[in-house]
Amino acid sequence: MTGQIIGTYLVAICLIIGSAFVVIGVVGLLKFNDPMTRLHAPTKVGTIGIGMLLLASMVQSVVAGESSFHELLILAFLFVTAPISANFIAKVHIHRKSCPPAPKPPRDDTWSTLKTPSDES
Amino acid sequence: MARVFQRLLPHPFLTLLLTAVWTLLQNEISAGMVVFGLILGIIIPWGTSVWWPDRPKGVRLGKMTTYCFLVLWDIVVANIQVAWIVLTVPNAKLKPAWIVIPLELRQPEAITMLAGTITLTPGTVSADLSDEGHSLLVHVLHTNDPDAVRDDIMDRYQRRLKEIFL
Repeated sequence: MTGQIIGTYLVAICLIIGSAFVVIGVVGLLKFNDPMTRLHAPTKVGTIGIGMLLLASMVQSVVAGESSFHELLILAFLFVTAPISANFIAKVHIHRKSCPPAPKPPRDDTWSTLKTPSDES
Repeated sequence: MARVFQRLLPHPFLTLLLTAVWTLLQNEISAGMVVFGLILGIIIPWGTSVWWPDRPKGVRLGKMTTYCFLVLWDIVVANIQVAWIVLTVPNAKLKPAWIVIPLELRQPEAITMLAGTITLTPGTVSADLSDEGHSLLVHVLHTNDPDAVRDDIMDRYQRRLKEIFL
């Protein structure tokens, strides 16, 4: 019985922390005024926010007696895909020049996003 | 013997990973499903090895595990830092910066892992690669000393990744 109570509190704490981080992520997205800085809040805070919500789901399933570990898989795929989508959004900003210009790379000619076919000829 | 092993298991780590993913997808551990996962884990790398010619020859699993835990810890710390910046630093005082990281890694897999790690950790997003792949462009959310951030990334992640990928 006590195990179940501790489990319930653990789930509640995880849910609160998770939702708090998600809310902070949204606040960051709305607050910052530069497209590149806006990118930071959701990519970072989203991972731990959703991670904590998934942890709560896992703890809940263990407490309820039918342990489920699908959540680990969701988390793994999230960690693999989140950087890629962030990277693509950043590339779009660089390409459309809607952010402060990036410094030139030291060894190569330019950044791959800015390299257009007309440069090559 | 070694060559037979090489042909059957072109990528032992991928085999293990696929077996683990299959078992997790089933959401219950039973011998039959683990064996089926193992069969998939052998067939898929064997069938797709043709399309992945320059794969890394191997990874050091021990170092990889330590690296994963280090990154997980950093993600937690990074989240709290970024949350603090979001809540306390006003827009006018925010100091975003671009930093350029010279890449010592050459394999695409290693560079992908470095870029992913950078995006998931302290206030940094990896934005772009230079056209011949010698440097990585990273955007920092808030820093007073961009050079220190660059040295930190190079020392903390790049040095470790160089040891992981053979």
